[in-house]
Amino acid sequence: MLAWTIYLSFLGALAQAFVPRGNPRAARWVALAATIAGLVIALLGTVAGADGRFRPLLDVSWVEGAGIHYFLGADGVSLVLVLLTGIAAVAGILFSWNVEHRPREFFALFLTLVGGVYGVFLSFDVFLLFVFYELAIIPKYFLIAIWGSTRREYAAMKIALYSFLGSGLVLIGLLAAYVAAGTKTTDLFLLAHQSFPQSLQMWAFPVTFLGFAVLAGIWPLHTWAPTGHVAAPTAASMLLAGVVMKLGAYGCLRVAMTIFPHGMDPWGATFLGFGSWRDVFAVLAVIGIVYGATVALVQSDFKFVIGYSSVSHMGFVLLGLMTLQTTGLGGAVLQMFSHGIIAGLLFAVVGRMVYERTHTRDLGQLEGMSLAKQIPFAAVTFTVAGVASMGLPGFSGFVAELHVLLGTWRAFPRLGLLAGVGIVIGVAFTLRVIQKAFFGAAVADGETGTAHAAGHQPMTAISAPERLGAVLLIGASLVVGLNPRWLLDPILGGLATPLFHEILKGAGR
Amino acid sequence: MSYSSLLQLAAPEVILSLTALAVLLADLTALRGFDTRLRRRIGALAVCAGCVVTIAWLLAIPAAGEFDNGMLVVDPVTRLVQVGLVGLALCAVLLTVESSFTQHVGEYYAVLLFATVGMMFMAGAADMLTAFLALELASLSLYVLAAFNKTGVAATEAALKYFLFGGVAAAFTLFGLSLLYGISGSTNLAEVARVVAARAVHLPSALDGVAVPSLDPLLLVAIAMTTVGFGFKLAVVPFHAWAPDTYQAAPGPAAAFIASASKLASFFLFARVLEVGLAGAEGSPDWLAVRPGWMALLAVIAAASMIWGNLAAIRQQSVRRLLAYSAVAHAGYMVLGLFAPGPDALASLLYYALTYGLTVVGAFAVVGVVQGGAERETMADFAGFARREPWLAASLMVFLLSLAGVPPLPGFFGKFYLFGALLRQPAAFPGKLWLVVLAVAMSTVSLYYYLKVLKQALVVPALAERPVVECPAFSRVVIVGLAIAVVVLGAAPGLVVAPLLKALAVASW
Repeated sequence: MLAWTIYLSFLGALAQAFVPRGNPRAARWVALAATIAGLVIALLGTVAGADGRFRPLLDVSWVEGAGIHYFLGADGVSLVLVLLTGIAAVAGILFSWNVEHRPREFFALFLTLVGGVYGVFLSFDVFLLFVFYELAIIPKYFLIAIWGSTRREYAAMKIALYSFLGSGLVLIGLLAAYVAAGTKTTDLFLLAHQSFPQSLQMWAFPVTFLGFAVLAGIWPLHTWAPTGHVAAPTAASMLLAGVVMKLGAYGCLRVAMTIFPHGMDPWGATFLGFGSWRDVFAVLAVIGIVYGATVALVQSDFKFVIGYSSVSHMGFVLLGLMTLQTTGLGGAVLQMFSHGIIAGLLFAVVGRMVYERTHTRDLGQLEGMSLAKQIPFAAVTFTVAGVASMGLPGFSGFVAELHVLLGTWRAFPRLGLLAGVGIVIGVAFTLRVIQKAFFGAAVADGETGTAHAAGHQPMTAISAPERLGAVLLIGASLVVGLNPRWLLDPILGGLATPLFHEILKGAGR
Repeated sequence: MSYSSLLQLAAPEVILSLTALAVLLADLTALRGFDTRLRRRIGALAVCAGCVVTIAWLLAIPAAGEFDNGMLVVDPVTRLVQVGLVGLALCAVLLTVESSFTQHVGEYYAVLLFATVGMMFMAGAADMLTAFLALELASLSLYVLAAFNKTGVAATEAALKYFLFGGVAAAFTLFGLSLLYGISGSTNLAEVARVVAARAVHLPSALDGVAVPSLDPLLLVAIAMTTVGFGFKLAVVPFHAWAPDTYQAAPGPAAAFIASASKLASFFLFARVLEVGLAGAEGSPDWLAVRPGWMALLAVIAAASMIWGNLAAIRQQSVRRLLAYSAVAHAGYMVLGLFAPGPDALASLLYYALTYGLTVVGAFAVVGVVQGGAERETMADFAGFARREPWLAASLMVFLLSLAGVPPLPGFFGKFYLFGALLRQPAAFPGKLWLVVLAVAMSTVSLYYYLKVLKQALVVPALAERPVVECPAFSRVVIVGLAIAVVVLGAAPGLVVAPLLKALAVASW
C-alpha cells in the first residue's frame, strides 16, 4: 500500500491539469488532499512496519534483457523517511496556501517533487532509485525559477547543475557496479551481495558517495544549498532543506555504502593524515558542521542563516554515516528525520510568516520592527524551532545528535570534539538570530523608531493554515523527542537487515 | 540470384519509389490548378499512405536473403532499421502539411521519398559499391531538400554550404573506399576484412608486448579518408561546420529529416563498414594504451565532438543552432557505441539513434511553431510560450529533457545502454572509462543550455509587442503525439531494444 504514496502524489500533480484555470482554491485542496492521503498511508505503513524488517511491496520486470526491475519495498530506514516526506509535504502545502501566481503549475511541480522523493525512499532497485532521484531535479528548477525570490534564476540553475553533476557521478558508480556484477541486474540486494573486487570498490565508492553527498550538502560542494534555499519559495525551501537533502544522505547509506562497503577500508598508507576514504568523508562532514555554523553566525540575511545551518546539521548526518556502527548510523537516520522537520519549520517561519509580511529578510531591518509584538505566533514558533534545532532535550534533534556524537566518540574521538564545538556555535547563531529577528526592541523606543514604525501597515495576522502547519511540525518533533523509541526501533530494525551487515561487520576497519 | 528475387528483397523500396513517382505525376498533372494548401494535404495523404504500406510490408512480410554477394542484404535488423527510417520520414511529412515554404509540393514529397529510399538502401548495403550509391542517392536528395526554400537568402546559403561540404566529403569517402578496393581487390565488405586480416603482420606491441596486427599505412589512409565522408554525414567534429547553418536556415521539416533519419542510416552503414569491412583494423581507444586503428581515430573524434558540441551550444542564441551543436555532441555520444563489438552495443546505438531522431523531429516542430513565418528565430521568441501553448510547452520540455538525458526519457536509457555496453568489455576499467566519464560530464553541461531554452518557454513572461503566431491544430496534434511516443519509448525501452536484440541474434552480422 505504501507504493500509493508515490502514485497519489503523481496523480495529484496530473489532476492539476484538469483544475479550471483561475481557481486556486481547487488547486490547493486537490494538493492538500493528495499530500494528506500520502501522510496517512505513510503513518499506517510506519505503524505496520514498526519492527523495521524489510518488506517487499512490488517487484515486476521493467526492462527485459537489462535486468531492470520495478522493485519497491520498505524497511525501517525507508519508513522513517517516507513518514518525514509525508509530514513535510502536508506542511509545505499548508504554508503555500497563499500562492496565487500560476497555482496549478506550482502544486503540480510540488507534487511531482514529492512523488519522486517517495519513490527514492521506496526503491530497492538501484536503477529505479536513480530514475526517481533524477525525476526530482527538474521540478526543483522550475519551482525556484518561477516562484522564487532573490536571484532566483541563478539559484535555480545552480541547484539543477549541482544536482545533475552529483547524479552524473552516481551514474558512473552505478554503471561500474552494473557492469562488474557479471549478471545483468540492478537489484540492490543482489549488487550488495556481489563483493566486488577491492580495486573497483576503492574508486567506485568515493565517486558514488560523493555524487549522493553533493545533494546532502557536503563541504565543499555545499554552496548550492544556501543559495537555493534562500531563493526558493517557502514550500520549496522546506522541501529542499527538509527532504531533498535527505535524498543525498539516504543514497549514500542505501546505495554507495551497501554496494561498495570495502571502499571504506584503509588504503594501507596514510596521506596527509587520511588513512581511508572514510577518514576523508568524516573530516569533510566535520568541516561542514563547523563551517556551516560559523558562516551562519555572521549572516545578515535571515534566510541565509537557516540555509547555512542546514549545511551544518547535514554534516552530522554524514558524520554519523561514517561511524559505521549501529549507534552512529541510527543517529544519522534519526537526524535526517529531525532536521527535516525542524528545518522545514524554520524556513516556514522565515519565508512565509516573516518575509511575506515584512518583505525584508535583513536582520538589521527586522531588528527595528519588534516582530515579537506584531506577530507573536511567529516569534514563539521560531523560538521553539530554534531551541529544537540547538538540540535541547525533549525535541528530536537532541536524541539524534546525541547518538551521532556517541558513535563518533567511539570512531573518531578528535572529530567528535570538533563536532561538539559545532554544536556550541549552533547555539550561538540560533540565539543571535532569535534575538535579532524577533526581540530587537531597541529602535521602536528611540527617536527614529516612531517614524520607522509609522511607515508600516499593521501586519496581517498569522492565518489558520500557517498555525496548523506549525503545530504539525512542532508536534512531530516533540513526539519523537519525547519518545524516540518510536522511530529508533524501526531504524535499528532496518539497520539489522542483511543489507547493512557488511558495513556494521567491520568494513572500513 | 534472379531479378525476381531482387524485386522481392527490394519490394519496400520499390513501393516507396512508386509512391514518389505517383505523387509527382499527380501533382504535376491533375492537381496543377488547385490551391497549394490542398495540394500539400493531398500529397501528404498519399505519401503517408505509401509510408504506412511500406512499414506494414516491412513488418508483416519476413524476408531474408542476400542479392549478388552483399549488394543488397535483407535480414531482420535491416528491416527494423528501415521501419525506423520510414517512420522518421513519415514524421517529416506530417510536419510539412502546415508549412508553406514551397510551391513545388510534388517535387518536395518525391525528393523526400527518394532520400528515404536511399537511406533504406544504405541500411541494406554490405558492398562498398551499393553503399556509396545509396549514400549518394540519399545525400543528393537531402541537398535538394535543404535548398527548397529558394526565396530565402540564408536558406540558399545554407543549402549551398551543405552541398559543397557534402560533395567534398563524399569525394573523400569514395577515395577511401577505392583504396580499400585497391588493397583487397573486392568491394564486398566481408571480403575486404578477410584480405586485410590475412595481410596484417603481427608485431609485439611496445606497450605490453602482446602481438597486435600492425596496419598497412595505405589501410590507415583509407580508414581516415572513409571517415571524413561519414564524419560529415554524422556531423562530428571537425566535419560539423555545415550543421549550424543548415539546421538554422533550411526549411524546418527538411532540417528535422536531415538531423534524424539521415543520422540513423549513416550510423548503421558506418557501423557496418567499420565492424564488418574493417574488422581487424580496430586498434584501441583505451586510455594510455591507444593503438592505431579506426577506434583510436574515432575516440578522438568522439571526445572532440562531445566537448566542442556542448560548449559551443552554450553560446547560441538561435534554438536551431543550439540543436545543431547539441546534435554534434549527441553524435559524439553515439560514436561510443561503435567501440564495443556485439549485439548489445549495436542495439543500444540503434535505440539511441532512433529515439534521438524522434526527439529532435519533435523539437524542430516546436521551434517551427514558435518561428512561424519568420526568417530567423531566437531564444527570446520562446518567452511566454507556456501561457500561449501549454501542451506544446510541455512537449518541448519532454523533448529537451530527453536530449539532456533525464530519466525516465529515452535519452537517458540510450546513454545507459550505450555506456553499459561499452564498459561491459574486458579491460574496460580504466581503458574505456575515460570516454564514459567525459560523456557523463559533458551531458551535465548540456543540461545548462537545454534548461536555458526551457526557462524562456516556461518561466519568462511573454513580451507584449511580439505578434502571436497561431499554431495549426494539426501541428499541435502531431507534436503532442511525438511527445507521447518519446515518453512511451522512454518508459518502456524494451519495446525497441527487445526486437532489436532478437533480430541481431539471428542476423548474419
